[in-house]
Amino acid sequence: MTGTTLAEKILSEKSGRDVRAGEYVEADVDVGFTHDVTGPLTFEVFAAVTGDDATLADPDNTIVTIDHHAPADGVEAANNHNLVREFAEEYGAVQYGVGDGICHQVIAESGFVEPGDLVIGADSHSTTFGGLGAFGTGVGSTDLGTALATGDLWFRVPETLRFEVDGDLPDGVYAKDLILKFIGDVGFDGATYMAVEYGGSAIQSLPVHQRLVLANMAIEMGGKAGIVAPDQQTVDYLEAQTGESVDLDPELAPDADADYHAVHHYEAADLSPQVSKPSNPENAVPVEAVEGTAIDQLFVGTCTNGRYEDVRVVADILEGEELAPNVRMVVVPASKSVYQRMLANGDIQTFVDAGAIVQSAGCGPCFGTHQGVLGDGDVCLASANRNFPGREGSMDSSVYLASPATVGASALYGEITDPRTVSTPRYDDVVLAEGSA
Amino acid sequence: MNDVTEPGRAWVFGDDIDTDQIIPSRFLVSSDPAELGEHAFQDLRPEFSETVAEGEFVVAGENFGSGSSREHAPLALVGAGVDAVVAESFARIFFRNCINLGLPVLICAGASQIDDGDDVSLHLDDGTVTNHERGETYDAEPLPQFLQDLVDQGGLKPYTEAKLASRRE
Repeated sequence: MTGTTLAEKILSEKSGRDVRAGEYVEADVDVGFTHDVTGPLTFEVFAAVTGDDATLADPDNTIVTIDHHAPADGVEAANNHNLVREFAEEYGAVQYGVGDGICHQVIAESGFVEPGDLVIGADSHSTTFGGLGAFGTGVGSTDLGTALATGDLWFRVPETLRFEVDGDLPDGVYAKDLILKFIGDVGFDGATYMAVEYGGSAIQSLPVHQRLVLANMAIEMGGKAGIVAPDQQTVDYLEAQTGESVDLDPELAPDADADYHAVHHYEAADLSPQVSKPSNPENAVPVEAVEGTAIDQLFVGTCTNGRYEDVRVVADILEGEELAPNVRMVVVPASKSVYQRMLANGDIQTFVDAGAIVQSAGCGPCFGTHQGVLGDGDVCLASANRNFPGREGSMDSSVYLASPATVGASALYGEITDPRTVSTPRYDDVVLAEGSA
Repeated sequence: MNDVTEPGRAWVFGDDIDTDQIIPSRFLVSSDPAELGEHAFQDLRPEFSETVAEGEFVVAGENFGSGSSREHAPLALVGAGVDAVVAESFARIFFRNCINLGLPVLICAGASQIDDGDDVSLHLDDGTVTNHERGETYDAEPLPQFLQDLVDQGGLKPYTEAKLASRRE
């Protein structure tokens, strides 16, 4: 029998038997979460299946957040927020409220998820937790509402598509550029029903906040999960976040003879900044192909690229500068702790002085209902994950996706700009500049 | 739902229809199928929710239901009266949500032979789709047994209720 992929290893462990791609399992769930949009439906399902005997299988690892419509942008949203709070209070779930941030970021930085965990969220970007070496996957509200009651859920063990990048990434090239390139190469449905594994020396040398970007956007090629093998960097990240020690299972790596659907290999030196054109993430092109495209709005944030290191890259570019006169910039930190670091390090001063708007932590305009939606004909360059028709507002608006560095560089000129033509900080410089890891 | 449906109108959509198109974000403040159904495909195809009737079908190309995990998308189709969804292929979470809700989904290469407005009927027992306009019948991929059992039990809710009941015994 051949070896196993990371997805097969984790689902074998959680289902208590040795399983391979194609098998159906019922697997134990370590962490389950929902938010103010998918929560109300999840709570209805939970109530319906549990009846008079309603208890959460694992309240300490059931998390509810308020992030999509936060702060409330209407009465109906505010009422849904109350449903989230009532559920948490009634059943003892862990609650994060308005301003605490996006579910994926809050959960990743709060120590709920460890390598090898099985994580389900009623949000498609739950693949994010693969950046910590976990199997994270997005599910519907019926899946989540039933799993919160039983502690387990059915899964088809997925085949795995592997992306390998070796070498040193050139300046101006970030995890976002890699993932846009991967999606462009295999297409929007290139990994449907599959897990995605990311490996190779360039990937394993990425800091955890960058691995989270790769994992997060696995869904944009249809992936069920997107996983980077956990290593000492993962352990260091989690221990720094929580102050508690984390054990790393040395078995939690793909076997050399694992069976893959396909393996795509890249040399890091060949990669360059990418931009995904409207209206699908698969429309990735080298930044040169769209240089000079006029922009109305720039958006820095989301569960993909709203972490501190992301906003810091943009702040470093904008330090002492002003936005081009024809553009507006919306900055939405992914979590309250990102916001606090921005405050402590003077980044908010930099953004406001440059003419940008910094909003409270949450999903921001990526959900398309508030905090900077687009009008007819508006063009946005975003560090976000989706650019579907109408994603950030009008059906007649367009969204280009890129790395924070490309967004920052473009803000100076009001048009899509190659970040390599301005001084783009590398992430290690960002951490050094802050003076603490 | 019967194993063999009455003929009903096919509403045909293209490839890569994401769940933002099925039910736009601004309507997600509701979880009520009827209310969601009033806004199904509202931006992409406004006439859909105005004229779709009980017993009609959504037919699509590849990767139907991609993007956001919102179960509001299949619920909106249920609320609009759609009896089943036939597509060349589905995005994973949407497909799973339909199975869990008990909304029949058929993966059928012949979907590309169906034109908007054609009358079609589904034979869920043997997994075929009949296009009455063309007088043709297309095979759908059979569901794996695990999923077929889930559908036969009425979806994940009844399945879970039975599981919880057996654990209490």
